[in-house]
Amino acid sequence: MVANHLEQLPTDPAADNLVEVVGLTVDFGVQEVLRDISLQVPRGEILALIGESGCGKSVLLKSMIGLIKPTSGRVLFDGRELSRLSDKILTEQRARFGFLFQQGALFDSLTVGQNIAFPLRQHRKLSLAEVELIVRDRLFDVGLPEAVVYKKPAELSGGMRKRVALARALAMDPELLLYDEPTTGLDPIMSDVINELILRTRQQYPVTSVVVTHDMHTVRKVADRVVMVHPVPRLSDGEPQIIYDGPASGLDECEDRRVRQFIRGEAGERLNELRQLRAMG
Amino acid sequence: MAFQALTTRVYDAFADWGTLVMDAIVAFGGWVHFSFQTISWLVRRLPRRETLMPNFYEIGVLSLPVVALTGTFIGMVLAVQSYFQFRQLGLETRLGGVINMSLVRELGPVLAATMLAGRVGSAMAAQLGTMRVTEQIDAMDSMGANAIHYLAVPRLIACVVLIPNLTVMADFMGVVGGYFYSVMVLGIDKHHYWHNSEQYVRAWDFFSGVFKSVFFGAIIALVSCYRGFNCRPGAEGVGRAATAAFVDSFVFILAIDLLLNIALDHVYFSFWPEGARLL
Repeated sequence: MVANHLEQLPTDPAADNLVEVVGLTVDFGVQEVLRDISLQVPRGEILALIGESGCGKSVLLKSMIGLIKPTSGRVLFDGRELSRLSDKILTEQRARFGFLFQQGALFDSLTVGQNIAFPLRQHRKLSLAEVELIVRDRLFDVGLPEAVVYKKPAELSGGMRKRVALARALAMDPELLLYDEPTTGLDPIMSDVINELILRTRQQYPVTSVVVTHDMHTVRKVADRVVMVHPVPRLSDGEPQIIYDGPASGLDECEDRRVRQFIRGEAGERLNELRQLRAMG
Repeated sequence: MAFQALTTRVYDAFADWGTLVMDAIVAFGGWVHFSFQTISWLVRRLPRRETLMPNFYEIGVLSLPVVALTGTFIGMVLAVQSYFQFRQLGLETRLGGVINMSLVRELGPVLAATMLAGRVGSAMAAQLGTMRVTEQIDAMDSMGANAIHYLAVPRLIACVVLIPNLTVMADFMGVVGGYFYSVMVLGIDKHHYWHNSEQYVRAWDFFSGVFKSVFFGAIIALVSCYRGFNCRPGAEGVGRAATAAFVDSFVFILAIDLLLNIALDHVYFSFWPEGARLL
C-alpha cells in the first residue's frame, strides 16, 4: 500500500535535485562496496564521480537508475524512490535515463541502426520512417556517417562504438545521462571528441549528467562539480566515503592528501604497502 | 596436538560440505525464482515475431540434421545390440516391437533432448553469459526492456514448441535406421518385423514420449538461460556457464524423465487397467 501511494505522488519538475541519494549502502555478500553515501545531483549539472578502481563508482552509478538494489538507504529520481516502484513504473521511468556503458554494451546481434532504435521500439509507437529519422539524427549528433547504420558493432573501432552507444543513450531524449568511464581505452584525440560530445549534448538538450571517470582531462573539461569516492576498506572507522565534493578547480588545493595524490597520479602510500608486502614475503 | 589438528580438519570438512550444500540450495532457489519470472512474463506478454523467429531457426531448423542423424544411428545400434540376445531365444522377429517401443517411449525423446541441451543449451548459456559479462543485459534493463522477457521467453517458447517436432524426427529416423539394419542387413522378415511393431507399440507410447519432450524442452531453456544470466565474469565464467548448462540440463532431464514415466504409467493403468494385468 505504501509503495502504491508513493507511486501516485506527483513529481515536481521545479524541484532542484533530479537525483538524490540518501544514506546508500550496498553490500555484495560480505563485501561492503558503498557505505552511507549521500549525494544530490541538481538538474542540468554535469557531475564527475572519481576515485580509485574498485571504490564503487560504477556501483553508485548503476544504483542511481535502479540496476543495483541498495542494501540500505534510498535513491530518489525526480522525487520517487526507485526501489519502491513496481516493475511497470520503473520501466517507464527508465525511458528517462540514458546510460553509456564502459565498453558500449552494444548488442552484438543487432546492427548499429537497430541498436539505436532499440529503446525507441520499446517505449514509443513510431513508424519505421520516424524511427529511421531519429536514428540518423542521433548519428549526426555524435558525428558518425549514415553508412554505419547497417554495420554490426564488431565492425567498428572503439571510438565509434562509444559514439554509437552515446547515440543510443540519446535516442529517447533522456533527462539523465550516465557515463561509465566514457574515455577509457580511447586515444587522447578520441577522448577529447567524447568530452566535446558530452558538453555539446548538454548544450543541445536539457540533460543532467553523471560521469564516472579516471581521466582528469575529462574531469577538468566537462565537470561542473566533482565527487571523489574512497574505497571502504581504506577508510578509518566512521569516516565518510565521499572525501571530496566541490568544483574541479578546487581539486589541486584540496587539503586531503589522498585527493591530491589521485589527481596527480601519485602512488603515495601504495608504494609503501608494496614495499611492506615484499619485505614480509 | 594431533587430536586438535584432527578435529580441526573434521570441522573444516563439515564446513566445506555445508558451504557446498548451501550454495546448491541458493542456486536451486535462484533457478526456481528465475523460472517463475520467465513463465510469468510468458503469460503476461508474448515476445515480438522478430525476436522469436531467429530462435526458432537456431533451435529448430539447425538442430534437425543432427537429431535426424543421431536418431538413425541409435535405431541401428538398438538392432545390433538386441539381435543376438533375441536370436538365442528364437525371438528375432520380435525385434521390431522392442526397437520401436524403446525409441518412441524413451530413446527418441531423451536423445532429442540431449542433442538440444548439447547443441543449443550450451550455446544459449554462452551467448547470454557473454551478454552479461559485456553489460549488454544491464544495458537492456537500463533502457526499460526487461531482459528476461526479451531474451529468455523467446528461447523458452522455441524450445517448448520445437522439441516435440525434433522428438518425432528422432523417433522416425530411429525407426528407419532400426528397420534398415534389421531387415536389410540382418535379414529379418519384413512382415513379421512390422507386425510385431504394430502389436507392441501403442499410440500411448508415442504420445507419452512426445509429451515428456515438452518438459525436457522447458528444462533446457530455463536451466541454460539461468546459467547465462548468472554467468561469472571473464572467459572462464562463460565457459563454466556453458558446461554447467549442459550438465545441469542433462541431470534434470533424467530426473524428470523418471518422475514423468512413473506418473504416466499411473495415468495409463488407471484408464486401461487391463494393461496392468498383462505385466
